[in-house]
Amino acid sequence: MKATRRDFIKASAVAATAAAAGLSVPGAKLALAAEEDKDIRWDKVPCRFCGTGCSILVGVKNGRVVASQGDPDAPVNRGLNCVKGYFLAKVMYGKDRLTKPLMRKKNGKFDKNGQFEEVSWDEAFRTMAEKWVAARKAKGPKGVGMFGSGQWTIWEGYAAQKLIKAGFRSNSLEPNARHCMASAVGAFMRAFGIDEPAGCYDDLELADAFVLWGSNMAEMHPILWSRLTNTRLTKPGCEVHVLSVFRNRNFELADNGIVFKPQTDLAIANFIANYIIQNKAYNKAFIEKHVHFNKTPTDIGYGLRDDDPREKAAKNRAKGKLTKISFEEYAKSVAKYTLDYVSELSGVPKEQLLKLAKVYADPNKKVASYWTMGFNQHTRGVWVNGLVYNIHLLMGKIAEPGNSPFSLTGQPSACGTAREVGTFTHRLPADLVTKKDAHCKFAEKIWKLPAGTVPRANGKMDGKDQTDISGKPMGKTLIHAVAMHRALKDGKMNCFWVMCNNNMQAAANMNHESWPGWRDPNNFITVSDPYPTVSAMAADLILPTAMWAEKEGAYGNSERRTQFWRQQVKAPGEARSDLWQVMEFSKYIKVEDVWPAELIAQKPDYAGKTLFDVLYKNGQVDKFPWAGKLMDERGNAYANDESDYFGFYVQKGLFEEYRRFQWEGPKKGHEMAPYEDYHKARGLRWPVIDGKETLWRFRGGYDPHVKGGKDVVEFYGKPDGKANIIFAPYEPPAEPPDDEYDLWLCTGRVLEHWHSGSMTRRVPELYRAVPDAVLFMHPKDARKRRLRNGSKVKIITRRGEIVTRVETRGRNRPPKGLVFVPWFDASRLVNKLTLDQTDPLSKETDYKKCACKVVKA
Amino acid sequence: MARESSHDAYLPRARKVSRRRFLADTARTVAGVGLFALAVGVHARSGKSLPAGAIRPPGALPETDFLAACTRCGLCVRACPYDILKLAELGSDIATGTPYFTARTGPCEMCEDIPCVPACPTGALDHGLTDINEARMGLAVLVDQEECIAFQGLRCEICFNVCPLRGKAITLEYQPNRRSGKHALFIPVVHSDACTGCGLCEKACIMTEATIKVLPRDLAKGRRGRHYKLGWEEKRKAGGSLVTPDPKHRYNLPEGVRYEHEGRGLIMGKEPARTAPPSPFSSNPLDTLNRGLEGIGKPGRAK
Repeated sequence: MKATRRDFIKASAVAATAAAAGLSVPGAKLALAAEEDKDIRWDKVPCRFCGTGCSILVGVKNGRVVASQGDPDAPVNRGLNCVKGYFLAKVMYGKDRLTKPLMRKKNGKFDKNGQFEEVSWDEAFRTMAEKWVAARKAKGPKGVGMFGSGQWTIWEGYAAQKLIKAGFRSNSLEPNARHCMASAVGAFMRAFGIDEPAGCYDDLELADAFVLWGSNMAEMHPILWSRLTNTRLTKPGCEVHVLSVFRNRNFELADNGIVFKPQTDLAIANFIANYIIQNKAYNKAFIEKHVHFNKTPTDIGYGLRDDDPREKAAKNRAKGKLTKISFEEYAKSVAKYTLDYVSELSGVPKEQLLKLAKVYADPNKKVASYWTMGFNQHTRGVWVNGLVYNIHLLMGKIAEPGNSPFSLTGQPSACGTAREVGTFTHRLPADLVTKKDAHCKFAEKIWKLPAGTVPRANGKMDGKDQTDISGKPMGKTLIHAVAMHRALKDGKMNCFWVMCNNNMQAAANMNHESWPGWRDPNNFITVSDPYPTVSAMAADLILPTAMWAEKEGAYGNSERRTQFWRQQVKAPGEARSDLWQVMEFSKYIKVEDVWPAELIAQKPDYAGKTLFDVLYKNGQVDKFPWAGKLMDERGNAYANDESDYFGFYVQKGLFEEYRRFQWEGPKKGHEMAPYEDYHKARGLRWPVIDGKETLWRFRGGYDPHVKGGKDVVEFYGKPDGKANIIFAPYEPPAEPPDDEYDLWLCTGRVLEHWHSGSMTRRVPELYRAVPDAVLFMHPKDARKRRLRNGSKVKIITRRGEIVTRVETRGRNRPPKGLVFVPWFDASRLVNKLTLDQTDPLSKETDYKKCACKVVKA
Repeated sequence: MARESSHDAYLPRARKVSRRRFLADTARTVAGVGLFALAVGVHARSGKSLPAGAIRPPGALPETDFLAACTRCGLCVRACPYDILKLAELGSDIATGTPYFTARTGPCEMCEDIPCVPACPTGALDHGLTDINEARMGLAVLVDQEECIAFQGLRCEICFNVCPLRGKAITLEYQPNRRSGKHALFIPVVHSDACTGCGLCEKACIMTEATIKVLPRDLAKGRRGRHYKLGWEEKRKAGGSLVTPDPKHRYNLPEGVRYEHEGRGLIMGKEPARTAPPSPFSSNPLDTLNRGLEGIGKPGRAK
């Protein structure tokens, strides 16, 4: 049995890869506007690629986007774009857009091994609903799962949150932001008790020194890098420090370019704290007033499966409860991280470490620290995020113009949707969590649902078991992204809906932990996407999706800026937005299908109703009438396909209900402005109170929640207003190189391709410019293996292998002993190689560190 | 260039006409004188006028010599592992049967072992070329700075990134973006002493019509009068001033005011004696160029 299944999997994997390779780039066609066309309607839409949040003006004529321009009035980008933004309009017009639902069928009915055939939306949802209801009943709250996205619009995330958590009474909702931002979130909550940065992009002009910790901003946040570069060029004394495990494009500007050995960033950050303490440079007054010192449990494992020896060996697996310590104890803990020890451990010359420490320790230098995936995709991601907060808090360099520890996001709405709406297994809107009974009760009140509808993390309300549809107790309900793929493989989850992301390509250890679960005959996998991605190929049902400017939307960028856009054009064929899909699907589920009788008994008028009636036609979401069109100030009319279909102003209803979490909820500091305000402005940075935006949080004068002048600091996310400095030590990585697998493998991105390349690879110009993922390697490492630039090689790890070509002279220059491969390339799936290790606290995958070998192919 | 003709468009009509007539008249005279020379040159040069878009394989002798030496055997075409080399067909502007490639569609991939060169039986491709980085097939030129989006501040830099001699043949020069006031410009600069003319930049250029193109070197290169030297270059080469350096200067200055002879000049007030903002970019692109990527960010930059 096992052998046949494995054979099947292998065969299917080969087919998928071949298809992926052959899929190579059906180019996008964009009807171009004549130069002087006056009939073009221009409107603002935020870019849908990275977390920077540039604004684009989209030109529409005869129902098609025919032109675009950087929005000259947008504060983030002032008319500029990167090369992806230059081609943004083309991503909607790839030749292979999906326009009909497709299901695997044989002899007229669903068959796991069938070929994809066109089906109606009704058949698609009927089949899906049948599978979902059965799985939910049979396997409990973890029997079904949805994997959403930091590219979802705010209301798409919010509608999905309601469908899964309230409707299906399941906490199996995760965003791909789990792979991307979860460590940052974990550290924000531990240090400040509230998510997202204190500062904003204005710090890019106001800081005197910049430190990039595991952030290749030059490529990944191109327009922010452009601002940072300008400050470096024009401000006297400005310095740029860059830390990375290989020389990347940041180093072209760096005054102090530091290449360290993987994982030793933990030690470097502790060295800086030690340097500050040894030199008595710390801000005593600030520490006394605003900071608690803590330590975190150590030896916490690597988020691998239970039976992995590394997990068995871990003393405090996944533990994170903080213990208060004194300043002296903290000082003693970091005292081990001397210049000699850390220089030796990290491989960084002493003078470089000192130069970096000095810039933080100088009370007259304003420092902005930035990080992205180097810190977040880290088996000690929460720790290392926190270690940089430690440095800023020791110096009091935080929450004021120019002094800014700042976590950058990778997706356009990782903040706005995944984090602020809380589309994680453990979260609810506006920083509420399913761990807290009171928070769940508040959500149930806002949503007009019976108490106990939302599953608690531990499955208990008021200390008593919540009852499941199966009649059994709910049990523990949390399940994170990597655990979802494991649950599918282990047969504990049977239905999975992947929406607005490409998790087959994105999740680590694909051959062993992703593919088997997706192709298991007992599982039913739905993928919603505009294009036939690797995920779509591995699915059972593919739903064609309206994207970006084909719907009314809202994103939240890295600096707490919420930006709206109107629907510019119609989607092709039968493609429908994620919002429509979530809401329409809810019509196929009856309350009785998923709720136990005792829950319905609390609200007898809900009996016999569909989830659509209960969740969206609840007198709140459907409260705003839809006039058939949306007008702008210039007299242009815009369509809204979802509102036309459902008969009310869907986006506004969802947003206004969501806003009640911010204004009436137990956690202050997330307030947003009324719906209409956002259609007028090029984004507003929350909290927005009395129409005023907040640039710097936690400081009087800047933050409306802090009383007093700008000398007053209050970290009001914590009950006593104090932030946490948390000591965490250096601990070794999970899979260091050894004699056989003798190289570090680090994965990442390139400027030209984003979001797994599913859109950018369909822009012929971008594809031509950067067609393939190559292996960046040190020339000496190449020579040692008798390879030269351009040689075809096999990269092998304990989990799989891929073939590509060696690049020894490109944009990334790894040190000896480390290789780098970008992950955008569907024909070279680098996640066949990676290890499904996570930060045990944040559950975020570490894609940056595993052992590989490279041989001639 | 495009920039000049657009200036023409703004000239008042009447003046334009008279200027044009003047130019035409002058041209006629010059043409009369030049005709003989042209007639003599035509025969010898017919082969030499390779169309700008066609590039010879690495190691090709100067065009006239190349045409004399090339037997049109096609062995270099067969040796090319990337199938980018073609033999010119009858009726094209290129001497029939001779090898060439077109950068936009198939650039030279710069094989380290240069298989096309040893394949050449006559030495039309110079067998002395053993390091592909020494090849000079043409020269990349950023021909249209108006259309290139880098000059507008967009973050493209694809030509820079794909260049096999990245950081040597193409570097980026960073400048403040005066229009936006907050951003920088990342301007690609080609260096003729390192560019092989492989054409990978032209192929990768994302513009509808490439704004960077490989041209024959004689077409692309200008030349400064050799009598004029660049003072700072000569100083750098000599390792110090060619003429005895000045003695230390002293000035009449009020209290608290300083004057830096070689630095910023007059310095008012008691501000800390900061060095000028260090720039990672030498005013001389060759410094950056010769240093390459490895050198960037290392100490020893302009202070």
